[in-house]
Amino acid sequence: MSEQLGTSGLILNEPLLWHKGKPGRIGMSIPTSDVPAAAIAAELLGPAVDFPDLSEVDVVRHYTRLSQWNFGVDSGMYPLGSCTMKYNPKTNERQAATPEIAGAHPMLADTLAQGTLRILFELQQFLAVITGLDAVSLQPAAGAHGELTGMLIFHAYHRSHGAQRHKILIPDTAHGTNPASAALCGYKAVPVPSDAQGMLDPALVASLMDEDTAGIMLTNPNTLGLFEERIREIAAIVHAKGGLVYGDGANMNAVLGVIDAKRCGIDVLHLNLHKTFSTPHGGGGPGAGPVCVTRALEPFLPVPRVVMDGTAYRLDDDQPQSVGRVHAFHGNFGVLVRAYSYILSMGEAGLKRASQLAVLNANYIKEQLKDVLHLPYDRPCMHECVFSDLWQQEYKISTVDMAKRLIDYGYHPPTIYFPLIVHGAMMIEPTETECKDDIDQFIATLKTITQEAATAPELLRQAPQRTKVRRLDEVLAARSPCLIGPSGDGDQ
Amino acid sequence: MKELNALHLPNDIGYTDDHEWARITGETVRIGVSDYAQDQLGDIVFVELPAVGDRFAKGDEFGTLESVKAVSELFMPMSGTVVAINTALTDAPELINQDPYGAWIIEIKPSASEEYAQLHTATAYLDLLEG
Amino acid sequence: MRYLPHTPEEIASMLATIGQESLESLFDTVPADCRMTNPWPLPAPQSEWELNDHLRHLAGAMGVNQQTKVLVGAGSYQHHIPETVRSLAGRSEFLTAYTPYQPEMAQGTLQGIFEYQTLTARLLGMDVVNASMYDGASALAEALLMGLRIAKKKKKVAVSRAIHPHYRAVVRAYLQPTAYEVVELDVLADGRTDLSGLAELEDIAAVALQSPNFFGVIEDLESAAVAIHGIGALCITGFTEPLAYGLLKNPGQCGADIVCGEGQSFGIAPSFGGPGLGMFGCREPFTRNMPGRLVGETKDLEGRRGYVLTLATREQHIRREKATSNICSNQGICAMTAGMYMASLGGTGIRQLARLNYDKTQYLKAVLSKAGARIPFASPVFNEFVAEFPQDFKPVRERLLAQNIVAGLELGPFYPELAGRYLFGVTETIAKHTMDTIAAEVQA
Repeated sequence: MSEQLGTSGLILNEPLLWHKGKPGRIGMSIPTSDVPAAAIAAELLGPAVDFPDLSEVDVVRHYTRLSQWNFGVDSGMYPLGSCTMKYNPKTNERQAATPEIAGAHPMLADTLAQGTLRILFELQQFLAVITGLDAVSLQPAAGAHGELTGMLIFHAYHRSHGAQRHKILIPDTAHGTNPASAALCGYKAVPVPSDAQGMLDPALVASLMDEDTAGIMLTNPNTLGLFEERIREIAAIVHAKGGLVYGDGANMNAVLGVIDAKRCGIDVLHLNLHKTFSTPHGGGGPGAGPVCVTRALEPFLPVPRVVMDGTAYRLDDDQPQSVGRVHAFHGNFGVLVRAYSYILSMGEAGLKRASQLAVLNANYIKEQLKDVLHLPYDRPCMHECVFSDLWQQEYKISTVDMAKRLIDYGYHPPTIYFPLIVHGAMMIEPTETECKDDIDQFIATLKTITQEAATAPELLRQAPQRTKVRRLDEVLAARSPCLIGPSGDGDQ
Repeated sequence: MKELNALHLPNDIGYTDDHEWARITGETVRIGVSDYAQDQLGDIVFVELPAVGDRFAKGDEFGTLESVKAVSELFMPMSGTVVAINTALTDAPELINQDPYGAWIIEIKPSASEEYAQLHTATAYLDLLEG
Repeated sequence: MRYLPHTPEEIASMLATIGQESLESLFDTVPADCRMTNPWPLPAPQSEWELNDHLRHLAGAMGVNQQTKVLVGAGSYQHHIPETVRSLAGRSEFLTAYTPYQPEMAQGTLQGIFEYQTLTARLLGMDVVNASMYDGASALAEALLMGLRIAKKKKKVAVSRAIHPHYRAVVRAYLQPTAYEVVELDVLADGRTDLSGLAELEDIAAVALQSPNFFGVIEDLESAAVAIHGIGALCITGFTEPLAYGLLKNPGQCGADIVCGEGQSFGIAPSFGGPGLGMFGCREPFTRNMPGRLVGETKDLEGRRGYVLTLATREQHIRREKATSNICSNQGICAMTAGMYMASLGGTGIRQLARLNYDKTQYLKAVLSKAGARIPFASPVFNEFVAEFPQDFKPVRERLLAQNIVAGLELGPFYPELAGRYLFGVTETIAKHTMDTIAAEVQA
């Protein structure tokens, strides 16, 4: 291995905001008033807000130091399975910050908002083309919000067909958001176990599907990183009983230009723009979770729809079958602009190549690590691969120890302990934006760690040692929750 | 995790498939979870208790135990009415980890005392765990 | 393509390592009948410079520009954003991180969110604030669902008609498939919510008000909380303009149990309505019923202060269909941004800025009244108010638009009974001379 990536550097301590500052300081320029002071009734007035007073320099140093305790895609490889932590292009940030666009009020008349409406309209079209589906709503603010919207559409569809249904099929490999989203619509989740190959069995789906079941929610490629090869057969079974097929697009980065969701039999699909379409995840969000549907389900999409009449774009609220509104305005518009910018930068060939390289990188890692890490499903994978800690158990080393040791070497760990059906799962998703050199170094590092597991297991159990803090006491945090700082706890 | 032969399984209580135990204390029955259950769950951080006066049938969910990353539902080993809850667990859920048989969770007045006989003995419960 | 680093030689060598012939053969497990066969009619890929031109062109298609004065609030507010906030929130260590699942390498995000939770709790007078919801509308829907969970057997919630119409639409969409019923409470002649019928309502789990409400009117939250608690319901208060609490009594002080609203005002650009920030807080006994992520303080192996995501057993990845919400991704960087903004203002600054918004709004109200407008709602307002004009306001509004001023929002589409009345929003970005111009046009 060439020079190791992880090293120790100077990290500065930084107190909590309210342990800094002095009363009377201010960190922001406030305009001088050009109007007379107005009277205000005493009974309306609140007490002074207990915020610390900080100067501009106090604020800048505070957050700069905090940022240095963080690790992002810009810092290094972030192979967090199911999260598609690809590079977030800088130009996307610039485009979203275009003053007329970032400054646009959401309730401007359509005639004043032709630029922003055009972005929405064109992005809808792009996503329809890319998924193979017919109509798109950009309102959902995140993947789970897209799932909820999808379930609202299922519900509205069945109601329009006269009979409400009460159950929904969800594979045991699904993200927790799937059953939680379905539950919001009153659907009882019926788990569908996957078979020994990690796939859904159409015969099992057929035995569970009935006329009280609204449909199925599935993720394809599934959360084991495998393509559900019998999806058309499964969709046909569900459709034959009057059900609908929901596709969780969390893993779309594997199959851009490869699959056509409509040909797969999918009726509703959500995309995660903060995964597949390169928008940054912001340490938790915002994301965007557009839903794409077949022509038959278009009337149920949220309002307002963005439409074009001849040459002008406008918002259309007149959709009597619509599920209604799921966002105060037009969704996470700034995120949508970033995805729009990404699609325009990549074009058809670039997007298709991205999936090919994402899958190449994952298979390359799988092949090179399967001698040192147990691979529960040894078959060609899509954009991610799932190992387990089975072979490290004899050293009393578990997945979390290997993950924490990766931190000391300068990598963000993979997703761990998901999917739930693999004991001690370690799910690696390199994405297409990692180059071969970096992937080779990552592979070499994980090989070193599996050797250390045998020869120096304490190094793993004690990891990480190079970070600002070491392993944190999550039991203490949950037993005696301290969720906000104590009030009056400052220098003020 | 403990080896199965290291588990403490007292003989004077009855066990369920879901790892609760029941102990007859005169007119009432105390209910808790087994050493196996607390060991599997790890550090318990929260106990959700029912209210005194709540009535449950055998097999009903009466509360939950939470660790940092898991929630485990609690099921009635016998039918009855809750006459007491162990409020000490609210501030110190770790008592269940420390002494699973001392740290009872609820006390009930059973409505069908004969159900006790249907619970597993310690030996039968260990056989069950050994599968 | 500059984001794709693989050279042809590298691709060949990697394919050889895994025993595949081509990039296409990687997808052999995908059946032919699932394949995408249509070409994509997407525009040709654009260089960075072409993309800049394209977005500039779209910006030019807007009827507003950087100089336009928009006197509309209604859930989205144009406030000055300090360059520090813009620059710090754009730091890629924050921006390009995922959810802090590995706390040792995410302490920046975690401490920052803990500080956001704390400052927001102090602002709203709540015991607990979560790490964010999508927006003010979904936060309200989730608050009502939380109220129904806490009340267990009750089947109805009541919401004021003075809550933002879009928020009420989202509430209807969220509750539509459930067995719960949403009752709407009317607005009184003074612009406040009519709570007089509350006592006759039965089976109500929670009642939601917005203050300042959609008309800018400051509700009498103290009396409302007493009335709501009087029927055994939870008091939920919403907001679209958190800056108001820099000046006004906060909801916690007034007796609210759950507080939720939109935090876009705090350093986040309007951006055509998103991303914004769903702020969400409650009183301590309800913590375990809350939706969303929570950051908590703890210690590391060596006893040092540190932060983790905690009480996660409420959430979907653990409790699945029994979770308190399906939310996963939230509005993390927006919460960080709001924290930065609150830190920049400080206790002294937020009072001063809130006061300035209040004073300017009172000024516009006064000059419009003087110019002949009527203010139909007599109750006090913060930085928005409703006005009605002696003559048709449309031509005046057109003339003002020609002077690059967007004067108010017509209420007819939202409240047919208020057709012809306009909702004005005034922030510190609106100068006196702009307001004088509007008054002069009204008089002309």
